Amino acid sequence: MPRINSPAELEELRKGILSKRDPNKPCITLCSGSACHASGSEEVAASIEEEIKKQGLSAEVDFRKTGCHGFCERGPIIVIHPEGICYLQIEPKDVPEIISQTIKEKKVVERLLYTDPSTNEKIVHESEIPFYKNQERLVFGSNGNIDPKSIDDYLALGGYSALVKVLSQMTSEQVLEEVKKSNLRGRGGGGFPAGRKWEECRHAPGEIKYVIVNADEGDPGAYMDRSLLEGNPHSVLEGLTIGAYAIGSHEGYIYVRQEYPLAVENVGIAIKQAEEYGFLGENILGSGFDFTVKVHRGAGAFVSGESSALMTALEGRVGEPRPKYIHTAIKGVWDRPSNLNNVETWATVPLIINKGADWFAQFGTEGSKGTKIFSLVGKVNNTGLVEVPMGITLRDIIYKIGGGIRGGKKFKAVQTGGPSGGCIPEEQLDMKVDFDELSKAGSMMGSGGMIVMDEDTCMVDIARYFLDFLSDESCGKCVPCREGIRQMLKILANISEGKGKEGDIERLEELSEVTGDASLCALGRTAPNPVLSTIRYFRDEYEAHIKEKRCPAYFCKELISYYIDPKKCQACMICLRQCPAEAIVGSKDQIHVIDQEKCTKCGTCFEVCPPRFGAVRRLSGEPVPSPVPEEARIIVRESKAK
Amino acid sequence: MDNDKIDQIINKYQGDASALIQVLLGIQSENHWLSKEVLNKVSKELKVPLSRIQHVATFYKAFSLVPKGRHEIHICMGTACHIRGAPRVLDTIQDLIGIRPGETDLDLKFSLETVNCLGCCALGPVMEVDGKYHGKMAPAKVGEVLKNYD
Repeated sequence: MPRINSPAELEELRKGILSKRDPNKPCITLCSGSACHASGSEEVAASIEEEIKKQGLSAEVDFRKTGCHGFCERGPIIVIHPEGICYLQIEPKDVPEIISQTIKEKKVVERLLYTDPSTNEKIVHESEIPFYKNQERLVFGSNGNIDPKSIDDYLALGGYSALVKVLSQMTSEQVLEEVKKSNLRGRGGGGFPAGRKWEECRHAPGEIKYVIVNADEGDPGAYMDRSLLEGNPHSVLEGLTIGAYAIGSHEGYIYVRQEYPLAVENVGIAIKQAEEYGFLGENILGSGFDFTVKVHRGAGAFVSGESSALMTALEGRVGEPRPKYIHTAIKGVWDRPSNLNNVETWATVPLIINKGADWFAQFGTEGSKGTKIFSLVGKVNNTGLVEVPMGITLRDIIYKIGGGIRGGKKFKAVQTGGPSGGCIPEEQLDMKVDFDELSKAGSMMGSGGMIVMDEDTCMVDIARYFLDFLSDESCGKCVPCREGIRQMLKILANISEGKGKEGDIERLEELSEVTGDASLCALGRTAPNPVLSTIRYFRDEYEAHIKEKRCPAYFCKELISYYIDPKKCQACMICLRQCPAEAIVGSKDQIHVIDQEKCTKCGTCFEVCPPRFGAVRRLSGEPVPSPVPEEARIIVRESKAK
Repeated sequence: MDNDKIDQIINKYQGDASALIQVLLGIQSENHWLSKEVLNKVSKELKVPLSRIQHVATFYKAFSLVPKGRHEIHICMGTACHIRGAPRVLDTIQDLIGIRPGETDLDLKFSLETVNCLGCCALGPVMEVDGKYHGKMAPAKVGEVLKNYD
């Protein structure tokens, strides 16, 4: 591939790519993101390739392995263009029928379609499925149409046109002004206006400046950055290059977790392609602007996602944060001005440049513009990545897009913002989601994890879970964080193990205040959020644990027991066979009894007992009834008695 | 691990001291652990004091200073997996193979680790063995999966 030296040459190339693509030619796209990969999309891909050959259709149909489509719950996903027919949960055995029916005969395979759970109606097109219909997919939308390993796919969708516009028509001041005007706020957690950050770095003294992509997505339950970097790496590179131009930087870094091997691979390929085409390197598109990018793999430390810690890690040292009396925009990597934004923020930049700040600002609320990608996970029917305009209500996200709570259970809370965020209860479901509203509710936007919890989730356990995570990840450099989190965790562990004392809640509140005020970095300062928000909205659960030694959600192992109701047990052997601890005694005609000494409280018996018997009960805060005497355990079956 | 392999990895970064973490990651993925000899060699080649290498190698989760088992089990403890019952899956595995997270059993068959999030929340609870994902795990299913490894 010869290097492209001017905007005109790029347009020539783009025309060439488009002329070879017939928009009416059938194209099968298969989601090959990490989640679909785990559910077997690799095998599906192999059988599609084989079947196309076998049926002699190689010339008539295109096949593309794309990035994440977002509807992870129903993966692997196939969308057939140009019609947009969407098939879900595909297995290799479904492939021959898809090829012969849909590609050859233009018929829809009914059984693979999405069925609306409320109306039982089959939905043919991807865009009409409620999960997609209620989204606004500006940043994430191209993912499903691009093979992330093909720069031509990105160019065919107008890729790198924002870079052309910036380099050929705009001064760096104009680019900065446009981003400032759009009021784009950082999508990584803090929500700091990106334009202001860029401006500070631009004006900082020093010749050498750095721009950095933070892809150290550490929040458990959030994976939108990975999906973007895996699925559309060029959009991130394009945004980064535009930022570098506005700031006056010529060197960039992408800091990506080594736990994301596919993202590391795809972004590496993308950088190589961009260098070959001349979108990176010296004299980009003949503009005289130079910019290079390096990939740095993170070795697994949550705290290294903090900006100053990440920059220390880039220098090859231990990624611990430092006080930021002097901003990293002035003194960052190797004490030089450095600007860091996360993946989603960078990927939004080309859109703002192409369509303008005013277009971008029409989405969202007064203080939070644009859209945000959330990962909607937990006890919700439609797990996946959803992109919605800021200001949408939690209820719309969870019920309209997420399809409500799994198994018809009752909603309890939604946790946002990862370990730094908090839990939001049912009363606040009509809250409009943006940076400021979430903070007001005691939580935060964070990187956009949204974990839905139902009646079986214990809120004390959730607080304990996050503090356990944070105490593990605290770097230990400052005392308030290291000790504060550890002491809070001890108290929470006691409460959930039934050793809670009167006054524990107040002690937690006091420790929260000190840890929040005195910690060095955001990890410690926000660590109290999971504790304070659960106390604020679910104080009764804390009190039940402490005063009654009862876990209302039947989750805390030390406070619950499983018990087989002798009146209901039909001695069917199902629980007895499946118990991993072999703690259930009985036989075919003998009522089963749980040996409480052996029981590990794994809950298997409760889950496998057929609902029509419903014999296994969970108990908490009350003693287990003593087992029925041996002679009363014999079941005489009616059929046999006759 | 032979010295040539280590040299190759170090040379890839032109012996640049700031590439320390990248070098260690390379060796870790090749050899599955970092022995004392390896750390000494890296220290000499990159001209970084051993104490700093130790600091880095013990700080990050990706590095192991002890040999790993033939099969590496990762249990996802992300929030979504947690509320769908990952702690119970972990309990059952610990009972079955007799080691806790971070440990390797005596005959070097299994190493057990917990991870913060594998990003496959739709499949939770997720367990990964040697890179293969096993989704929708339950205490009763664990034994079945582990049977296939020896």
